[in-house]
Amino acid sequence: MDQIKRFLPFYIMALPGIIYLIINNYMPLVGLQVAFKRFNYGKGIWGSPWNGIKNFEFLFSSNSAQRIIRNTLLYNVAFILIGIVIGVAAAILLNEVRQKRPLKIYQTSILLPYLMSMVIISYLAYVFLGTNTGVINGVIRRLGGANINWYNEPKYWPALLIFIHVWKTLGFNMILYYSSLVGFSQDYYEAAELDGATKWQQITKITLPLLRPTIITLLILQLGQIFRSDFGLFYQVPMNQGALFDVTDTIDTFVYRALLKTPNIGMSSSAGFIQSVVGFIFIMTANGIIRKMSPSDSLF
Amino acid sequence: MNYHRNMSKLSHTVMVLLSLAAVLPFVLLVIASFTDNSVAVSEGFSFHPSKWSADAYNYIINERGTMLRAYGITILVTLIGTAVGLMISTMLAYSLSNDELPGRKLLTFFVVFTMLFNGGLVPTYLIYTNVFHIKDTLFALIVPSLLMSGFNVVLIRNYFATGVPKSLYEAARIDGASEIYIFARIALPLSKPILATVGLLMGIAYWNDWQNGLYYLNDTKLYSIQNILNQINENISFIASNSSSGVKIADLPSNTIRMAIAVVGILPIICIYPFFQEYFVKGITVGSVKE
Repeated sequence: MDQIKRFLPFYIMALPGIIYLIINNYMPLVGLQVAFKRFNYGKGIWGSPWNGIKNFEFLFSSNSAQRIIRNTLLYNVAFILIGIVIGVAAAILLNEVRQKRPLKIYQTSILLPYLMSMVIISYLAYVFLGTNTGVINGVIRRLGGANINWYNEPKYWPALLIFIHVWKTLGFNMILYYSSLVGFSQDYYEAAELDGATKWQQITKITLPLLRPTIITLLILQLGQIFRSDFGLFYQVPMNQGALFDVTDTIDTFVYRALLKTPNIGMSSSAGFIQSVVGFIFIMTANGIIRKMSPSDSLF
Repeated sequence: MNYHRNMSKLSHTVMVLLSLAAVLPFVLLVIASFTDNSVAVSEGFSFHPSKWSADAYNYIINERGTMLRAYGITILVTLIGTAVGLMISTMLAYSLSNDELPGRKLLTFFVVFTMLFNGGLVPTYLIYTNVFHIKDTLFALIVPSLLMSGFNVVLIRNYFATGVPKSLYEAARIDGASEIYIFARIALPLSKPILATVGLLMGIAYWNDWQNGLYYLNDTKLYSIQNILNQINENISFIASNSSSGVKIADLPSNTIRMAIAVVGILPIICIYPFFQEYFVKGITVGSVKE
């Protein structure tokens, strides 16, 4: 009795958060069963009739499943690898800047895109890519060329999307690696300098080896998320143009369209179900590996 | 010595270039919004348009009703969402930080599991619309996904567990202080840095959110700034259809209006960003790489 009285305030304080997680996270988990049902709004999630794995058969009989999984995985691999290389390089260069004011100005400017919503990013992209009004077509016309119809030509979009993603997240990646760089002991570098090591040698022989655990940890954490895509990037920036779907459609944009635009809840819920379950397996695997390597970095 | 000077020169050069690459598109957006619409169509946007114009802003000022309401909704949603979200996250985190609490392990797992398994859009959407009937209410912009995340709860809990000395709690308990008093008067004031950081990240997430509006709103009266921008992206005639003066879409400088609305949308963030930049940097580093 005393125990309950003593800890009651803690349980009461925890309650609103717990209720929110039940509504926002656990009820949808139970709701995943719609992937195995023929959903009917009138009957709701629980009342709709079961239909086995029909939704999945339907999903895989279309070409969409292969396309959205391919795009999701390939873009993520490109984002992760390019993000690491450019992020680490930028962090090392930023670390060479010792004056306070420039340091702060660089950080503030390069982080700016990360602060913006994807809607705003899509407007910025449109400033450059608009057919008549775009900066790039303006330059092309001045040079005597003909307009490129950017939002109709799939071939440009893999490069465009990778560029825009890297541009938006560069500041974030740079700060991430920079924050672990500044923690390295100066002793190593001073000793290296006494021995006459060049800057380049210091980077390859001291900085990169010290940074390796951070890079590997972040790499594995990101690989754990490889089945998820940034809905905003793939929906907003290509302006949801059907002509581009072959190279811009990912699991998240597909699930959204099939849920609210087409609509085809069977397709949408089965694709979403696969994303949730495979995503869970990926995250658990990634976390298991990290727990073995460096326990303090694992999620649990 | 030469190496040093070269390295320093190289790093400054690259950093200046990266800074320009990050900032110039925003400068271009502002210039685009002040470009004459017909010049924009014939020449394309550029840093030096041959004819400037404030038509787009005149239009926005004439139609300020829509923009002001959207602003009001964005501000309201950001304030309520951040305040309520921060409150329930902090209270839950505080309970989890008490290692004598019976059932603490189970509760922690309950929170951490939400970071690992995500039901995704379909069941979330169906629960919110079919069970809670949240469509076309202000709740739709505040509650789904954004109000609290397991990740933020764990961040705050870690701060309570390591950043606040346990002896302070013990001393207060011996003095007979109630748990609520200890939470409000000891734990919270000592946790200001993490609360500011998490609160800032939540505030930005609310200000920038357009997805909840996309999923749960049909009623354009409830649109936030981001929803209006998204709507214009999907359908440029939204500008004219919401016009009170009844102008035709063909007569509008629609290319520059959309740029001007984007400028108006990011202006507040750009203005206050330099002041919260430090917390923002801290927010990035605090969660991702632990010591």
